[in-house]
Amino acid sequence: MTITDAPARTGTALRIRGLRRTFGSAVALDGLDLDVAPGELLALLGPSGCGKTTALRVLAGFERPDSGQVLLDGEDIVPVPANRRDTGMVFQSYSLFPHLTAAENVAFGMRMRKVAAAERRTRAAELLELVGLPDHGGRYPHQLSGGQQQRVALARALALRPRLLLLDEPLSALDAQVRVNLREEIRRLQLELGITTVFVTHDQEEALSMADRVAVMRGGRLEQCATPAELYDRPATAFVASFIGTMNRIPGRLASDGQAEVLGVTLPVDGPAGGATAFLLRPEALDVTADGPDTVIGSSFHGASTRLRVRLADGTEVKADLPSHAAGAFGAGAAVTVRPQRRPVLVAGEEA
Amino acid sequence: MARLIPAGVRPWRGVVLGAAGLYFLVPLLAALVFTVDVPNQGFTLDSYTQIFSADGFTTALLLSLGLGLTTVALALLLTLPAALAVRLSGSGRLRAVLEVVCTLPLVVPPVALVAGIGTVLKWGPDHLASTPLYETFVAVQDPEFPIVLVLAYVVMALPFVYRSLEAGLRAVDVRTLVEAARDLGASWPRAIVSVVLPNLRTALLNASFLALALVLGEFTVAQLLGFQPFAVWIVQASGSNAQLSVAVSLLSLVLTWVLLLVLTAVFRTRAARSARAPRPAKNRSDKNKKEAGA
Repeated sequence: MTITDAPARTGTALRIRGLRRTFGSAVALDGLDLDVAPGELLALLGPSGCGKTTALRVLAGFERPDSGQVLLDGEDIVPVPANRRDTGMVFQSYSLFPHLTAAENVAFGMRMRKVAAAERRTRAAELLELVGLPDHGGRYPHQLSGGQQQRVALARALALRPRLLLLDEPLSALDAQVRVNLREEIRRLQLELGITTVFVTHDQEEALSMADRVAVMRGGRLEQCATPAELYDRPATAFVASFIGTMNRIPGRLASDGQAEVLGVTLPVDGPAGGATAFLLRPEALDVTADGPDTVIGSSFHGASTRLRVRLADGTEVKADLPSHAAGAFGAGAAVTVRPQRRPVLVAGEEA
Repeated sequence: MARLIPAGVRPWRGVVLGAAGLYFLVPLLAALVFTVDVPNQGFTLDSYTQIFSADGFTTALLLSLGLGLTTVALALLLTLPAALAVRLSGSGRLRAVLEVVCTLPLVVPPVALVAGIGTVLKWGPDHLASTPLYETFVAVQDPEFPIVLVLAYVVMALPFVYRSLEAGLRAVDVRTLVEAARDLGASWPRAIVSVVLPNLRTALLNASFLALALVLGEFTVAQLLGFQPFAVWIVQASGSNAQLSVAVSLLSLVLTWVLLLVLTAVFRTRAARSARAPRPAKNRSDKNKKEAGA
């Protein structure tokens, strides 16, 4: 899923240290630490209210943190007002200036910096070409589709060659197909320009497919920051495990040798076991065979794979992904046996 | 547009239009006939030629225009920053307070307002004659340019100005626009002037027009406080020359229409420049599809 191209690491290093922001009694950021490498695309992912948007707004200078530092190439930019920061931002809602054409929107930042008119025009045309809208410079925002508007917004954010690109759920208002296209294009541009980027999203698919690393946030704190693959395969906490992808929580017990016994299969445990009574398994880590104590209660077709919902003998409901050709044999009501594959399992916390 | 209206309804449009036209045009035509057809004299345009030489006409008209423009400027200066600040703060409570304050003048009849102002103005000679404040009271009531009228008119225009501005502000996401502008290097004042105000153009013009129209036609307050702007002058002139006063009324009506038409024309060209192609929902999804396929 990750779009892998040779990254051009030329950008700016961003370091966030102990960022705290409260709104009245609500804590939006509770001591956030993050490092973003030069040219890296970091996704801030989490449920709404986890503080990811506040974090981005602090980076842009729209919110002042109660305490903490934002270091851009080692320099703390917290005291710098938003209009003198070297950041380019693309907003969630359509934020193009309605009274200006696409080209004028792109040139706005240069106008503020008193760049000569001729140079502004050239650069605006260049940027519109870059985002694939070379012929749309004369259009007004309301004459552009949602996807086109966000492309122009991206060109506008890049016009001043910012050191840091901030994306605040820029795709959430778009149709599914446009969204997928545009996210690939944003990623391509970001790699091409080698610009350090922080991307806020609540869509895990978006985060996993675009980002070099994903920072999962919860309650104003960082739960885990890792590559998409690591996040999926080795979630550090039960919250991450349940938030990223689908997880089955299956009762089991801990054998004396520290191994887990789940559905009659002994499996190695990943991480500290404690006094575990339940384990986490991905739908694709479960095998389903004909006959047995478990019952299929439903299925949904996803093209290459089919997801079965199965009620285990003890009443637990689990989801299992099978190749569609294999799943065809199991209709609703079929008696089956669910067995975990021999892979390390995670211990389920009390929450999840 | 016509095809959106069911065929059965179409003949009725003419009837409604005709009725409305009669309702407005008959009195106007009667007034016109009255001014040009003087008994025993036949057709004459004397009433209209007399207007410009009539005693006090120019002074009264200029005074009204001056009062109108000052009122517009002051009312906008008061409400615009307040409305913007309330929007940007995102506080629903402040917005409710502002709304109530700005709407309140609507329920106070001008007669009550002027009674209050009159009472306060009497304090001048009664209690303040020996203080420097007395000079202020005198200056405020200068018949050449009675500032007290401007103050009263600002209060009276507040609901209309505020409503128009609110309507304009509702249509744009002020906060995001300001943040986008700031992110691109604009200072606060710069963001307001170069991004917010251009998008409030229509609302600002509407607010100005409403306030201006209110002042140009205002009679009660000016009359009771003893000043003589245009509306008061018309009534006084009608006492001495009925034809002349009706002619002036007609002329002022035409003037107001012209003003309105000019403003509308200004919007039209603006709108045409920025909206050469309409964007029905269907077009948009087509565009999206095209983009997705690209």
